[in-house]
Parts: sequence; structure tokens; C-alpha cells
Amino acid sequence: MDLNYTPEQRAFRDEVNGFLKAELPTRLSDKVRQGKSLTKQDHEEWHAIVNQRGWLASNWPVEFGGTGWDAVQRHIFEDELTRAYAPRIVPFGLAMLGPVLQKFGSREQQDYYLPRILNGDDWWCQGYSEPGAGSDLASLRTSAVRDGDHYIVNGQKTWTTLGQHANMMFCLVRTSKEGKPQEGISFLLIDMTTPGIEVRPIVLIDGGAEVNEVFFDNVKVPLANRVGEENKGWTYAKYLLTHERTNIAGVGFANAGLANLKRIAQAEQSGGRPLIENPHFAARIARVEIDLMAMSTTNLRVISQAAAGQAPGPESSMLKIKGTVIRQEINAMARTAVGPYAMPFASEGLEEGSNLEPVGPDYAAPVTGQYLNNRKLSIYGGSNEIQRAIISKAILEL
Amino acid sequence: MNFDLTDERQMLQDGLRRLLRDSYTADAQKIIAESDTGYSPKIWDSLAEMGLIGALFTEKQGGFAGAGFDLALVHEEMGRVGAVDPLIDTAVLGGGLIAACGNDAQKALVEEVIAGTAHLALAHGEPTSRFDLSHVQTSATRNNDGYVLDGRKAVVVNAPNADHLIVSARTAGDVADRDGISLFLVPTATKGITLRSYPVVGGGLAAEVTLDQGQVDTGALLGPEGAAFDALATAHARATLAICAEALGLMEAIRDLTIDYLKTRKQFGVPIGKFQVLQHRMADVALEIEQARSAVINLAGHVDAVPQVRDVHVSATKNLIGTVARQVVEESIQMHGGIGLTAEYELGHFVKRLTMVDHRFGDTMYHLERFIALAVA
Repeated sequence: MDLNYTPEQRAFRDEVNGFLKAELPTRLSDKVRQGKSLTKQDHEEWHAIVNQRGWLASNWPVEFGGTGWDAVQRHIFEDELTRAYAPRIVPFGLAMLGPVLQKFGSREQQDYYLPRILNGDDWWCQGYSEPGAGSDLASLRTSAVRDGDHYIVNGQKTWTTLGQHANMMFCLVRTSKEGKPQEGISFLLIDMTTPGIEVRPIVLIDGGAEVNEVFFDNVKVPLANRVGEENKGWTYAKYLLTHERTNIAGVGFANAGLANLKRIAQAEQSGGRPLIENPHFAARIARVEIDLMAMSTTNLRVISQAAAGQAPGPESSMLKIKGTVIRQEINAMARTAVGPYAMPFASEGLEEGSNLEPVGPDYAAPVTGQYLNNRKLSIYGGSNEIQRAIISKAILEL
Repeated sequence: MNFDLTDERQMLQDGLRRLLRDSYTADAQKIIAESDTGYSPKIWDSLAEMGLIGALFTEKQGGFAGAGFDLALVHEEMGRVGAVDPLIDTAVLGGGLIAACGNDAQKALVEEVIAGTAHLALAHGEPTSRFDLSHVQTSATRNNDGYVLDGRKAVVVNAPNADHLIVSARTAGDVADRDGISLFLVPTATKGITLRSYPVVGGGLAAEVTLDQGQVDTGALLGPEGAAFDALATAHARATLAICAEALGLMEAIRDLTIDYLKTRKQFGVPIGKFQVLQHRMADVALEIEQARSAVINLAGHVDAVPQVRDVHVSATKNLIGTVARQVVEESIQMHGGIGLTAEYELGHFVKRLTMVDHRFGDTMYHLERFIALAVA
């Protein structure tokens, strides 16, 4: 038992810190800290900087141009990036598709797509969810029918995050209606500029439009764009989801959110003294901080198992639930903390280049939007109810 | 960073787990709980014989381990079987304070504690002190023969079994001052000390201790006069770790019992564990127990740190354990239904013992307030 990093791990953390101090543009970290929306160019700029250092593919093996880091190093890297208010590394190509291509893709697919992900030539989006297939993903209906050396794709995807920026989509389609629903699914790589594809933004309750609906009307996709075997896509999709679950606890986000909340509660006045001295508010903050201290260690326990070579198991379901509940509580407290200044609708003020003066204090502008937007945390990536079902079956064996 | 047990601790855990599994069957639990001493002297002897008590002391103190993770390991195993042995009172608090403050003559008692031949109790809390460590009204007045002790000590766990008491008393200052508190190591049979003994919910014995003109000689003073507060705080930090680890073991035992019950109890033709509403409740309980384990690890890793760091973890962990303990107790009884309320079914002993954890060394509310005060300071 040793709760401290090894000297090598500490040196690595210092190295990451040094890189962030030297290379992270203040313009970008300011936007992240102030809760402003990042443009496509912002993301691409940051990806290029990290790629220049050779650290962009933090979860890829060295042979594919990745870092070859173990789970502890990846955790340190992500943790330091979050602390420094760096933009998050967009996960679709790097964290999700990359590992699938490395394990199941053809040599040609690997040689073509993986370098393009690193260089920022492609922006990938995820074509999983459909209007009728949410938590029950295998019930998806978007169809792909063979026609010579092409598939003809018809149907609709939804909740496609940042699909408006994407030129490529990895997509689950139904290629067979025989047998169990899981057995008729294939995994296709679709060029978003193909005729017959339409992307429509979905405006959310925070005023933003980070997700989209994507419609397919007789879209021609070359057979060569199928990953692995036909009707085996469910296997690849599940493999991808295990990678999606790394860093699922969001400890770094929670720590940053808690620090921000304390700053707000220090600045806000209630009954003639700082809000943070209000015993009820202080108790709420303390409870979530105590929970977060324990979860950080739960997270490290799972990470050190992973570093010892074990795949992230059902314990990650526990982290998903606890991590999202903690972050949502912090968001709710931040909204409470700013009082009436939670009310001004600030969506435009958060866009790049806006000259609007904030109505209230700077820190108040994003909190309502963040609270509303982060209700997604307990819904996406397998809703918290799905996670409880996983715990119940895989750990408790009920 | 490493969450694996060392080879030595793995051996200790294996041996201890075997011994406890053989000693504590469900029946044994009852016999012990209903015995005159509140624990089984036979099991106590076998624990001492396998060196278990020595694992709670450093080599310098006459033991062989004594780090935070050793305390946690031993007490988690004790909790798993619902053990009622007064290890916290005799060894962690009593032996720990003598090892930290005692002179050579007094330290001889630590050897006896490790050998399993002496029992101790810390007589510190008072009827109105609640959990305030510096609240000491009991007085120690200097006279020609030494000191005269007057006052009353509340819920002194294990006092009826103890050969010696460690009594805190004020030699200077006001009732809530940190300075001016002294410790005295006195035979329980000292004239002027009377015990009103009673059993404790969940196992063990305790007493209300009255000190009426209790005359002790100067050799009874344990540590320097008027400066016992820091030693008391250290002993309480270690005892808090021990009881939190025990609580973790109790939670695991309760979790396993409840999962078994969900799998075997049938209603409406199916095991009740097939009902999603119970699956989700059980999943929440299981994940909070993992949080409890992490909290115990956090405290075990910081119990020997400087007081400012240590006490943040003491309060964070004890608060979280208190919150989770209540959830585990109430959910396990609810999911069992009526059988969960019966004295006969073994769940009862575990839930009583786990419930009482929040009544020692500061409860959930006390530690929440203390955490706030420490985190702001």
C-alpha cells in the first residue's frame, strides 16, 4: 500500500506540467476556465500542439504513433491537462475509433486513417444512437444493403456530438435482421460529404447545439469502408465502449468544478458575509468534497488495476455513477451560489468574439447553462440506470 | 502508487482470516455476546498467541508492525466476523497511549497488552463532553501523596474488564482548554473509583466511572502534567481509523448476507434479487461500500501525518463512514424485510454493531463541522 506516486511518476507529472506551462495558449485556457464555447479551430489548434509533442494519442501503442503509456501515466496526463484548463482532447478519433481500427481494422484502414487522426486531417463523429435506440443500442434500425461493391445506407442517427464539425463518421448499421439484434450489426466508416447525408443541429436547453441529427437517404458507402466482418459490428462497438469508459469518473473535472465553486462562494455575499461561511452551504460543499476525496482513491484503485494489465471492469460502472452524481451536485451548487444572476440568458455572451458585457459577475454567466447541459452526464455513455444493471449482474451476480 | 498488500500483510491477513473464521461462527457470536466479559477470553488468548495484538504496535513499542495500513487490515477482518473483542480499547487507545507517553515502569504494561494478559480502558469522555476532546471537567488536585481525582467519566468502554484505567483529568485551565489536561494510569481497583457497569449495544461492556477522592501517587501520572492533549488526539485518530476499518468489514459482511438473501428469498415465484428496484438499491449500497474502502485507505495512509493533514482525513473518513453505515444498515434491513428485525438472524448483530460506530470518536455531524473548520483554516 502506497498512496504516493513513484519518483518516475512524479518526474513524468513535472514533465507534463512543464509542457503545459510552455505550450498551452492562454487564450485557450482562459476560454475553458470561463466556460466559453470552443470553436473547431480552437480544438484543432490544441490538438496540433499536443501532437507536435508526440502526446496526442495517449492511449495508443507506440507502433501506431501513440505514447505507449500505462493507465497511471494516462491518468496523470489527463489530470494535469484538466487542472491547467486545457481544452479536452476530442475523443472520437483518438480515444474511440483508434483502438478499434488497431484491433479490428485492415492494414489499409490502419495505414490510411490513423495518421490522419493524429494530423487532424479528419474530424470523426460517432454514429451510434438512434431515435428509437438509446440505452437499448442493439435495437438500432439504420440499414445498410449491399449493392455491388457498395452498401446503400438509409436511416437516422441522433445525439451526434460535434457532428457539425465532422467529415467522417464511424457508424453502426443493420446488415441483417436474422437472429438476435446484436448479430446483424456492422461497423462502417462513412464520409460525411457523400450525397444523401443531412446534418441538422439539435438545440439543447442550455441554448447550445453540440449534438445533431444525421439523416441518411440512399447513401453509397464502399464495402472497403467496413471494419472487420459483416454482422460482427457489435463486438467492435462493445470494445470501443470499454475504451470510452476510461477516465469515466471525471475526477479532474470535479476538482476543477469544486475549486471554481469555492471561488464563487467566497465572492458571493449572503447575509453580510461570504456565502462559503453559511453553515448550510458549507455543509453541502464539505459533503461533496469528502465524497470526491474517496472517489479519487476509488479511481486510482481502478487505474492501478488497469496499469497491472487488467481491462477496465464493471468497477468503472461504479465510477460512472459516483463521478456524474458528484459533478452534477457541484453544478447545482454553483447555480445556487450565484443567486439571481443565474437568471440572465447568456448563451451569446459565451460565444467567441462576443462583445457583450456580462450582466452579472463573470463567473455567473456560464453556471445555469453548465447545470442544464451536464444533466447529460448521468444519461450518456450508458445511463446511470444501465450502470446499476451492470453492477447488479456483473459484480453482485443477482 | 500501489494498492496491493505487502507479503507480510498478506500473510497476516490470511492467518487472521483463518483464525477468525474458525473462532466466530454465528453461535459463538451469541455465546460471546452473552458472556460475563462481553467477549471470549479464549478467542482473545488465541488472537494474542498468533501475534495479532503485536501487529498494532511498532517494533520500538514491542510489536512488529503498527502502521496505519496494519491497523486497518486487522480491524477490517475483525469487522467481517462481527468480532466483539476490545481491541480498540485495550490495544489502540490504552496500549497506544502508554507506549506514547509512559515511563519505563508503565511501559511494562504494553508488553502485557501484547501478550494478551492485561486489559485497559480509556476513561476520557464525560456526561456533557459529547465528542469534544478537550472537554475535561474531572479534576486532579495535587496533595502530599500525589493527586486526588474527582469527577465522572461516561460510557467508558471495556472498563469492567480493565485491570487499569487511563483517566484524563484537569490539572490546570478551564473546562474546554487544550492545555492543562493530564493522564493517570491507575488500577481500576483504586479506592474512590466506582464503576456502574452495563452491556453495550452490539457487544462489549462499558461503565459510568465515578471518581470520588481517588488518591493516586505521582507515579500514576502518564506523560508530562498538563500536556496530554496531543497524545489524546493522536490516540483518537488511530482509534478512529480502527473503528472505520472495522465498520468497513461489517459493511462487507452485511453486503454479502444481503446479496445471499436476495438470491434465495422467493416472492411472486422468483428470487427477489430479480426485481430491478432491489437490484438498483443493492448496486448503490455496493458502490458506497467501495467509497468507504477508499476512505479507509485515505485515512490509513495519512494517520501518521502531521496533525493538520491527519485530522482532515480523520474527519473526512469518519463522516463518510457514518453516512454509508446508515445507508448499509437501513437498506439491508429493508431488503431483508421482517427477518431483518429478528434477534435470532445473524444480520441483527452486524447492524447493531455498525450502527454504534457513529456514536464513538465523533459522529457524522461532528466530523462534518470539523472538516469544514479544518478545510477553511
